[in-house]
Amino acid sequence: MPSFVIAEKCDGCKGGDKTACMYICPNDLMVLDPNAMKAYNQEPDQCWECFSCVKICPTQAIEVRGYSDFVPLGSSIMPMMGTEDVMWTCKFRSGLIKRFKFPIRTTPEGTANAYKSLKAKDLNSGLLSTEEADGYKLPRPQALV
Amino acid sequence: MAIPNKPLGETKAVRDPKVEEREVDILIVGGGMAACGAAFEVKKWMSEGQTVLLCDKAAMERSGAVAQGLSAINTYIGTNTPDDYVRMVRNDLMGIVREDLIFDLGCHVDDSVHLFEEWGLPIWKKSAENKTLDGKQGQKMGTLKSGAAPVRTGKWQVMINGESYKRIVAEAAKLALGDENILERTFIVELLNDAKNPKQIAGAVGFSVRENKVYIIKAKAVMVACGGAVNIYQPRSVGEGKGRAWYPVWNAGSTYTMALRAGAELSMMENRFTPARFKDGCGPVGAWFLLFKAKTLNGLGENFAASDAAKAELQKYAPYGTAAITPTCLRNHLMLFEMKEGRGPIMMDTVSALAALGKTMDKKELKHLESEAWEDFLDMTCGQANLWCAQDCEPEKKNSEVMPTEPYLLGSHSGCCGIWTSGPDYDWVPDAYKIKYNGKVYNRMTTIVGLFTAGDGVACSGHKFSSGSHAEGRIAAKEMAKFVRDNASFKPTLKETTKELVDLVYKPVRTFLDHSAYTTAIDINPNYIKPNGMMYRMMKATHEYGAGTATFYMTTSKNLEIVLNLLETMRADCEKMAAGDLHELMRAWEIIHRLYTVEAHLRHIQFRKETRYPGFYYQADYPGQDDANWFCFVNSTYDKVKNEWSLKKVPYIKIIP
Repeated sequence: MPSFVIAEKCDGCKGGDKTACMYICPNDLMVLDPNAMKAYNQEPDQCWECFSCVKICPTQAIEVRGYSDFVPLGSSIMPMMGTEDVMWTCKFRSGLIKRFKFPIRTTPEGTANAYKSLKAKDLNSGLLSTEEADGYKLPRPQALV
Repeated sequence: MAIPNKPLGETKAVRDPKVEEREVDILIVGGGMAACGAAFEVKKWMSEGQTVLLCDKAAMERSGAVAQGLSAINTYIGTNTPDDYVRMVRNDLMGIVREDLIFDLGCHVDDSVHLFEEWGLPIWKKSAENKTLDGKQGQKMGTLKSGAAPVRTGKWQVMINGESYKRIVAEAAKLALGDENILERTFIVELLNDAKNPKQIAGAVGFSVRENKVYIIKAKAVMVACGGAVNIYQPRSVGEGKGRAWYPVWNAGSTYTMALRAGAELSMMENRFTPARFKDGCGPVGAWFLLFKAKTLNGLGENFAASDAAKAELQKYAPYGTAAITPTCLRNHLMLFEMKEGRGPIMMDTVSALAALGKTMDKKELKHLESEAWEDFLDMTCGQANLWCAQDCEPEKKNSEVMPTEPYLLGSHSGCCGIWTSGPDYDWVPDAYKIKYNGKVYNRMTTIVGLFTAGDGVACSGHKFSSGSHAEGRIAAKEMAKFVRDNASFKPTLKETTKELVDLVYKPVRTFLDHSAYTTAIDINPNYIKPNGMMYRMMKATHEYGAGTATFYMTTSKNLEIVLNLLETMRADCEKMAAGDLHELMRAWEIIHRLYTVEAHLRHIQFRKETRYPGFYYQADYPGQDDANWFCFVNSTYDKVKNEWSLKKVPYIKIIP
C-alpha cells in the first residue's frame, strides 16, 4: 500500500531546510526531486504503509493507494492529525464512509518530562534512576529451584 | 522496483566521501524502543565530562517497530509477579529460556510504562462500573502508578490509544540525551574491535544516508539495538505488497550481524516467529482473540482448536501444549495441520464474536465497540484497515482470513533469538549466566567486552514487547555507565586505518563507479549485482530450502546443506555489490546484514537435531522434541578473519519453580 504524492498539492516544503516526508520516513523512501520541487516515493515495494509521511505532510499532499498485488481499487483511509486526537476517514470500495476519532496524547507536545536534572546515585545497585528516586524495592524470586 | 518516469536515488554517491571521526565514552546504535530507553536513562548515571552519542538509521520520532503506533502495551506486570511472568514466557517458548533475564526485566518494565503515561500516552482504565475509559477520560481514574486499574485483555496486556506512542517515547529520549548527541540518518554498518584486545569493542563505522560522509566513532562501551530481521524470507506478497511485512520491513538483522561479526556469541538463533495474522494486511489478531473473544474456524466452519484431535496433538507437546495458554508456535501448528489436511482456509469469526458481545450492549456501547475494533488496526497496522475497506469488509458482517506469515527473527516478541548476554549480578543468578570483566559483572553485556544489547538483541528471553525493550535499554544504559566508570583509563584503538574503513563502507559505490559505464542498462552488468537482485536471490533460496512458506516451514538436513552453500556463494558475491546512490548503499549494507543473520539462523537449525518449535519450523529428519539431547541452548560464534562458524550446546539452568 505505497504512499503517493499529489503533484498539485506538494510544494516541496517550500525549499525549507527539512522536507517533512523525507525527514520522517523510517525506510528512507520519500525523496524530493529538486528540479520539480515535488516529493515522491522512490521504492513503493518497501513501503510499510506506516502513514508517517501522510500524517506529517503540512499540505495533506500525501495519500496511500493499496498495494497493487492484493488490494482492490476504490478505497482509502486518511488521517487528520490534531494535537490531542487523530480523526480517520475510512472510505469503503462500496462508497460507505466511516469516521473514527482516537486520542493520541494527553499532554502538550514537547512537554515530556525527561528528568534532566535527576542525578542518580548508586551505580552498583540494580535500580533504574527513577526507581531509585521513588525508593522502589527490587523483588526477589519468591522461590528458587 | 523500477520507478516509472523517475530516476532512482536523488543523492548520488561519490567515490571519496568526507570522513568524520569522533570519540565518545558511550555509543548507542539504534533508535527504537530499546535505544530510546537507553537515551532516557544514560546521562542520569554518567559523570561530568563523559560523552555519549546515538546513531539512528532513521528519525527517532518514527523509527523502529513502534513507528506507526501500537494499540496495546503487551507487558505490564501490575498486580502479577515477575515469577509468573517467567513461567508464562518459559511456557510460550517451549521451556528453554534465560529465567534471570526475564525475571530482571519483569522487575523494571512497569517503571517504563509509568513514564510513558506521565509523558502523555493515553492508557485505558476501568471505571468503578467496570466500563472502559480511554484518552483523557482514563486519566480521571488516576494513573497506573497511583494504582488505577488498566483495561487488561490478557493477563499481561494493557490497552492504549497508541498512535503517537513512539513520538512520545522519542520526545523524552531526545530531550534527555540532547540533540547535539544524536545523529539521525546515520547507518552504522560494522562494529570495530580493539586493536590490543580483539575480544573488546572499540567503536563502530557507518555512513550518512543524506550526504557522502563516513563516520568512524571510537567508544569505550557500545549498545547495539537495531531490531530484528525482516524480508529474509520471500514474503507472501512479492509485488508492492513485499513491504507489508508484519514486523517493520526496515529491520535488516543489523543487530545480529554486527554483533556476530564483532565476535559476540549468539544464542537460540534457530528460533523464529511466523505470526498468524489477518491475511495480507498482517493486522493484529490479539484483540480479536482476547478482547472480543473471537474464535478461528477451519474451512468446514469447525472450531478446530477446541476439537479432540487438537487436544490429542497438543498432548504430544506436554507440558507446554497442555498448559492453560497454548504456546504461540503450537497454535500455528494446529492451524497448519488443518491447512495441510485440506481443511483451509482459516477464518476469524468476527461476525459471531461481535454479535455475542452485542447482546449485552446498548447502541452507544456497540458503536464504541466497533470503534475499538477499528482502532486496533488504525493504531498499528493502518494498511489492514484499508484492506478491509477495499474488500468491503465490515467485521460484524463478514469474517476475515487468518494466515501465518513468512519467518521473522526477533527477540522481543514471541521469539527468543539474539545475542548471549550477562544476567544481573544477584546471588540467585547462576555464575554461568554472568559475564565478567576484571572480576565485575555487567548486566546485558555480550561476550565481547564493552558491547551491550537490548530489546530484539538479547537472546533467550522474549515477550518484552515495546515496554520491556524500553526497560531493557535502560538497564543496559546504566551498565554501560558502570563499565565506563570502571574502565576510565581504557583508550579504544582501532586496528583498521581510516582509509581501510572508508574502503570497506564505500566498496559498493566504487564497484558501481568502476563498471557502470560498461553497459547501457544500469541494473544489468556482468561486473556487479545490485542489492535488489541479491535480495531476491536470498529470498528465493531461503523460501525454497530454508523452511519458508513454500514448504509449510519444513526443511531437511539435505535442504539445509543446499541453502547454506547458496548463502556462502551469495556472501562471496556481495564483494561485487554495486550502489549508485546513498539509498542504494543503505540497501547494499542491509542485504549484507540480512545474509549473515539468516545464515546464522539456518546453521542453528542445522545444529539442533530436533523440532523444538513446531508451527514455526519443522526439521523433517528430526521431528518432535528430544529433551534427552536438546533441552539446552545452542550458541554460535563467527570468526570473520577465518570465515568460520562454531556452534555448541550450553546448559539450561532452571531457576524459578
